[in-house]
Amino acid sequence: MKTGSENIMEQADGTPTLELAKAPTGIHGLDELTGGGLPKGRPTLLCGSAGCGKTLIAMEFLVRGATEYGEPGVFMAFEERTEELASNFASLGHDLNALVAQKKLMLNFVHIEPSEIEETGEYDLEGLFIRLGHAIDSIGAKRVVLDTIEALFSGLNDTAILRAELRRLFRWLKDKGVTAIITGERGETTFTRHGLEEYVADCVILLDHRVAENMATRRLRIVKYRGSNHGTSEYPFLIDAGGVSIRTITSMGLKHIASTERVSSGVPRLDAMMGGQGYYRASSVLVSGTAGSGKTSLAAHFAAAAVARGERCLWLAFEESASQIIRNMRSIGIDLEPAVTQGLLRFQAERPTTSGMEMHLVSVRMHVKEFQPRVVVIDPVTNLISLGSLAEIRSLLIRLIDFLKMQQITALFTSLTTDGTCLGATDAGVSSLMDTWLLLRDLESGAEHNRGLHLLKSRGMAHSNQVREFLLTNQGVELRDVYLGPSGAMLMGSARDALEAQEKAAELVREQLTEGKQRELERKRQAMEARIRVLRAEYEVEQAEILKGIGQDQSLADELAGDRIEMGKRREADATATPQTPAPDGK
Amino acid sequence: MRTDPGNKSTTAEFEKALNRTGDGQYVLRLYLTGSTIRSNRAVTAIKILCERYLKGRYDLEIVDLRQHPDRADAAQIFALPTLVKVLPLPSRRLVGDLTDPDRVLIALDLKPAKK
Repeated sequence: MKTGSENIMEQADGTPTLELAKAPTGIHGLDELTGGGLPKGRPTLLCGSAGCGKTLIAMEFLVRGATEYGEPGVFMAFEERTEELASNFASLGHDLNALVAQKKLMLNFVHIEPSEIEETGEYDLEGLFIRLGHAIDSIGAKRVVLDTIEALFSGLNDTAILRAELRRLFRWLKDKGVTAIITGERGETTFTRHGLEEYVADCVILLDHRVAENMATRRLRIVKYRGSNHGTSEYPFLIDAGGVSIRTITSMGLKHIASTERVSSGVPRLDAMMGGQGYYRASSVLVSGTAGSGKTSLAAHFAAAAVARGERCLWLAFEESASQIIRNMRSIGIDLEPAVTQGLLRFQAERPTTSGMEMHLVSVRMHVKEFQPRVVVIDPVTNLISLGSLAEIRSLLIRLIDFLKMQQITALFTSLTTDGTCLGATDAGVSSLMDTWLLLRDLESGAEHNRGLHLLKSRGMAHSNQVREFLLTNQGVELRDVYLGPSGAMLMGSARDALEAQEKAAELVREQLTEGKQRELERKRQAMEARIRVLRAEYEVEQAEILKGIGQDQSLADELAGDRIEMGKRREADATATPQTPAPDGK
Repeated sequence: MRTDPGNKSTTAEFEKALNRTGDGQYVLRLYLTGSTIRSNRAVTAIKILCERYLKGRYDLEIVDLRQHPDRADAAQIFALPTLVKVLPLPSRRLVGDLTDPDRVLIALDLKPAKK
């Protein structure tokens, strides 16, 4: 941000150019749009119809200048008394009286009462110059607002004098070196009713307050900014308790850091479908489905999981009140109330139609800034879609998603589709902005509705392409594999239960059969073993007898041998064999 | 306007009462800057008019806002020169160098307004 008088910049081709010095407005969005603020030391014309926020933007410029940039300011009001100004701005959180007391701000009401005024000859506006000069000098003002100087035309008739004097006034402001905002009422064909744009040539900003589809949206356009690049489109802007902010798509950009951290969806089976870990942190998740398909329940799981991790969760409800959501989620076993009392979960329930689309964006930003959640649930985003055209919604969502991503917030949007089989145009338009897209489908078969969950896309992770049956039980959401019937059709609900029962019966029969066979086998084994035992017994008996027989034969043979030796001795024969042969032990 | 057009008798009585209490006394203030040609013209003009029409019953103060810039805010001055008729009520502001005597006299209630 440039605050010096003039900075000399080198262009790419080496020729030095005078970069226009700019006075930052401090107004969110406007400084981005103007590349740093209003032309410093020059007047800027701010024009628009009644009630479009001229006074507010002008005052914001002074207040921010005084509080944030150390530049005191003079507010010269032609339409509102200083007390009125102070009380009007108190509701926007600005304590003008305090700033006045600190000599950072000077409020000066120029009262013009046409009925009291009589023109009796030549005059000039020197009185105004004196008052303005006195005010500027008394606090060393660097910024000036004249709101709305055209009121002079209602009190004075000699427009030739007025025009000449206004020309002189703007030149005088330049000479004073103050950055000025001059407001003007929008004319029929000209920017201002009295053609002030003729005198203020440096910067012209046009405000507009249009009503479309019963929703009023304020818009801002920079018509002209001499010597500076600027955004040329119409940008919506908002006025709320935090002041003025101007939203531009370009003010954010795709600069967010992609996280590799995962956060659980709160449903283990769903996490499993996404590689077992859930969504990426800071990603955007779209859950679309028909009415009653369980979108909010899925969101509740997600919120409950975040709370269980100790993270703060902001729930923006556009259809149900907080207590209704809490009651309904209790019926599927998710109690969100403790988290609310702990301050981890905050519901922000409002009808989308209560304020314009842009107001919603700002209110989201405000709540996010204040509550610092890590997880945001928007239920349902489709209700916002009723507020504007698809293009507007897309632009709103782009900015919302970018904003949330910049804050590293994981966002879950639910979207109501009218027909389960074909996706709404809005879904198709919005889904490209989303990282993960879950579709809850109502599948009709066998005269009943069943819910099916598809994971249509999930950027940057392997994910299951199978349909899961989606059940809402007393313990929350449950995902089950889908049965494929014999014909290849998906079976869900009671058809699936019937098939399961059938399969169970068949299983039982099979089990029984197997058991019978096993028993048969056992019996055969036992019979076989019994036979083996008998054979072994017979064998043992026979063995014993045979061994006994063998023993008798041996002793008989010994005896016979002993007899032969005896006989030999007796015959005195010196039979060779006899002495070597040891005498057998006779048994 | 400070009068109530819906009740003419009351308005008339009010104005009568004002004239009685004020005794037709005029309190005038002429705001100007320094001694420009326009300022001088206005001073000359008002002095002549006062002497001719209000002799002995007027109080004229000439305020140079260059000397007293703070008085411009209090008096709600934006154009110069401006002659403020403080009394009698209703107060009037005569913007300009007072070179149109008819307008000045009508504005000061010294001459009836033209039909």
